Amino acid sequence: MGIEIEQPCVELSNVAVSETHGEDSPYFAGWKAYDENPYDELSNPSGVIQMGLAENQVSFDLLEKYLEEHPEASTWGKGAPGFRENALFQDYHGLKTFRTAMATFMEKVRGGRVKFDPQRVVLTAGATAANELLTFILANPGDALLVPTPYYPGFDRDLRWRTGVNIVPIHCDSLNNFQITPEALECAYKDAEAMNFKVRGVLITNPSNPLGITIPRSVLEEILDFVTRKNIHLVSDEIYSGSVFSSSEFTSVAEILEGREYKNAERVHIVYSLSKDLGLPGFRVGTIYSYNDKVVTTARRMSSFTLISSQTQHLLASMLSDEKFTENYIETNRERLRKRYEMIIEGLRSAGIECLKGNAGLFCWMNMSPLLEKPTREGELKLWNAILHQVKLNISPGSSCHSSEPGWFRVCFANMTEHTLEIALQRIRHFVERIRTQTESV
Amino acid sequence: MRVIVPLQGVVQGTGGLFWGSVIPCALFYFLQLLFKTKTRHHHPPSNHNHHSTLHRSLSPTPRHATASAYVSPRANSITAANSPYYLGLHRVADDPYHQTHNPQGVIQLAFDQNTLSLDLIQEWIHSNGTAAMLGKPLSVSGIVPYQPLHGFMELKLAVARFMSRVLEKPVFFNPSRMVLTAGATSAIEILTFCLADHGNAFLVPTPLSPGFDGVVKWRTGVEIVPVPCRSTDDFNLSITSLERTFNQAKKRGQKVRGIIMTNPSNPAGKLLNRETLLDLLDFAREKNIHIISNEMFAGSSYGDEEFVSMAEIMEAEDHDRDRVHIVFGLSNELSVPGLKAGAIYSYNDNVVAAASKLARFSTVSAPTQRLLISMLSDTSFVQKFIEVNKLRLRKMYDTFVAGLKQLGIECTRSSGGFCCWADMSSLIRSYNEKGELELWDRLLNVSKINVTPGSSCHCIEPGWFRFCFATWTEKDVCVVMERIQRIYDATK
Repeated sequence: MGIEIEQPCVELSNVAVSETHGEDSPYFAGWKAYDENPYDELSNPSGVIQMGLAENQVSFDLLEKYLEEHPEASTWGKGAPGFRENALFQDYHGLKTFRTAMATFMEKVRGGRVKFDPQRVVLTAGATAANELLTFILANPGDALLVPTPYYPGFDRDLRWRTGVNIVPIHCDSLNNFQITPEALECAYKDAEAMNFKVRGVLITNPSNPLGITIPRSVLEEILDFVTRKNIHLVSDEIYSGSVFSSSEFTSVAEILEGREYKNAERVHIVYSLSKDLGLPGFRVGTIYSYNDKVVTTARRMSSFTLISSQTQHLLASMLSDEKFTENYIETNRERLRKRYEMIIEGLRSAGIECLKGNAGLFCWMNMSPLLEKPTREGELKLWNAILHQVKLNISPGSSCHSSEPGWFRVCFANMTEHTLEIALQRIRHFVERIRTQTESV
Repeated sequence: MRVIVPLQGVVQGTGGLFWGSVIPCALFYFLQLLFKTKTRHHHPPSNHNHHSTLHRSLSPTPRHATASAYVSPRANSITAANSPYYLGLHRVADDPYHQTHNPQGVIQLAFDQNTLSLDLIQEWIHSNGTAAMLGKPLSVSGIVPYQPLHGFMELKLAVARFMSRVLEKPVFFNPSRMVLTAGATSAIEILTFCLADHGNAFLVPTPLSPGFDGVVKWRTGVEIVPVPCRSTDDFNLSITSLERTFNQAKKRGQKVRGIIMTNPSNPAGKLLNRETLLDLLDFAREKNIHIISNEMFAGSSYGDEEFVSMAEIMEAEDHDRDRVHIVFGLSNELSVPGLKAGAIYSYNDNVVAAASKLARFSTVSAPTQRLLISMLSDTSFVQKFIEVNKLRLRKMYDTFVAGLKQLGIECTRSSGGFCCWADMSSLIRSYNEKGELELWDRLLNVSKINVTPGSSCHCIEPGWFRFCFATWTEKDVCVVMERIQRIYDATK
């Protein structure tokens, strides 16, 4: 019988052991509860309804119809030449037809108010990769990006984990409907300086996630002036640009730049994806559109780590070049989202819950602060827990989005049928009634 | 003596650095010429027009704008614009060879890809493609919504079974240990991020594939310490050499976190035998470091010796397995690089967990995953493909090597991969890197063939060149030999 000796175990990197992936936060904890007991109309009607996933299923049928009517799109082109080209294609420039189709689609989404050059389109496997890639290029470990709160919880992971870059919040609150102000921008910049972080840029999401609102033109102008003054970058994540209920209400930073004749444009970069607007998150398609030549070249090379398969590019090139399909899709999708939004707002209102007046996205920003026992983060999490386990709804607490005011929640409405949404609204109504009755009887 | 190895891990530092590009864009334009009826008058590749087109699209903005915002040093590439890699690329792009349309063009022999069995894949896809992707009855619900970002379990299962077939042995792969990524390149980078910190190092046997060190280094900041293999050893890895390099690195103050070996190796095409693999495992255990076994060419082993995967070795090991990680290249195995699918297979639970989360930055498109699931599950197709592909590779290798031999050029005995590794030192004018590059230049400009000089592969002996043969036909090989003959004639 031998001696049992403890050997030093083989070590992993800091990245591997870090908690920066954030998957232990409530945002993801709710998902676990859903996975364990998912709602199903027929087989599990009392299960947890997933309202924490910003996925667009309202226009699924349009996609299905297209793909079923165009099967050749999925076989890599007709005949030998098309096949060989696509099968062997692994160039990080991306299929030209796809880049062109992407640029055209982005123009359509912006009502044709601005032009995009396919040569500036860099392809990545999803916007997640695009945001991380840009962070790698624009900043060094230890530097900072300024991000308005509340923001998408995934940013904590995507912008910080492997890059070693910090996020410094630009605080926004309900007093002015969560708009970004020049004072808040300056304040964030000073906060970063006080922490000895070199600020490399501002990253905005427009339309905003989780707020579900577009950033007004005047505010965009102010942000652009701010980044120019500080000589830093601006990343505009516009992945919900096609999900604005009315096209005229969205101003892309691209339009502002065009208006300024592209002066100082080389500090601006747009992130886009087909996951939300086209409801194709499984396809993993993201882009970086940069006005900076060096960033385009570098991003292109770096995209080697996150390429989109040529099969997918080919399929989407066909789909996005089909003008009839895209125009119909964009219009129909907007309309359906708007109707869905109105339905949830009405439903919540009848339960006595108000939301921030939104005009875009797959979610609404709901104010449940009157229902908090205590107006604190703990109070919010307590309410969130009750909603998750008693009401069986997975919604996202504002604290996981770094909201400075407790009591706000992001509620997704596009990833379910209308019937399911009705059920969810009923559950909320009963819950609120119960709380109100309890409070009154005390 | 039984040894317990508990789990833990703490170190520090993060960061990222430079890189040289891996994927030539020239191929796209080359293929356009090859397969469309075009003459020499084709559009120049975008990377030539790149800057001027960008400039045009922003006409009012001067090329170098004032007060331009800072861009990280990561934006600088390791590979210089005047490296053999880029220069060769541009020459091929400007004047790509085509058997009938451009027989005097530059022949691309620097691109390690395999098209010898593409016809089989094409046939399969045309018969099964749509159903494969959309299912029967046709429905998009399998490809449209969000899916686990580290890959469908079905695909992991299919890959596990496929790899067993490739290895021609009943090696068991646990699909829960698998993480699917957008290509073997991202798999290697993700593993690097998991196993080492900025400033640490990996030991890597050389010669190695050009651009490989860039893949490891660029964003991670992890250094490569080359472990030279020599012609006297027929470019086989020697443990003595490994030990020496490790000690030298230690003296220099470099913290070595692991070894990355490519098996079959690229460019020499050598296989690591069972004994060496066991020695490597012992070495790694002794030094308490990791092993990354890059087996992206496993299915391309055509030689007489058996290919032994690290997975096979691990089947017999019941302890101290946490340090072993394997990389597979699916798109490589199926010679469809456009599909961009690779896999990490790790025996370390924490690495599987971390890599699964990191895979979100390098995901495989769902339609592609569906296609792969179908294809890999078609066992009779897979069987036929593996067999035919190996035969064709072997035949082409033999033809190429024989052709070179007739010219008096000897090659290392390769047993896998898409290239041969040739000793052209008799043709170089001075026995050093300069002489080698001078020969490379002559090969490019006189013979009009683009090959990879050994210096780009970190080979310490001048005069070795990599020839990638797996995208050509026997007829083309004759042309290549004639072209090389020009160098001899010019020398006389």
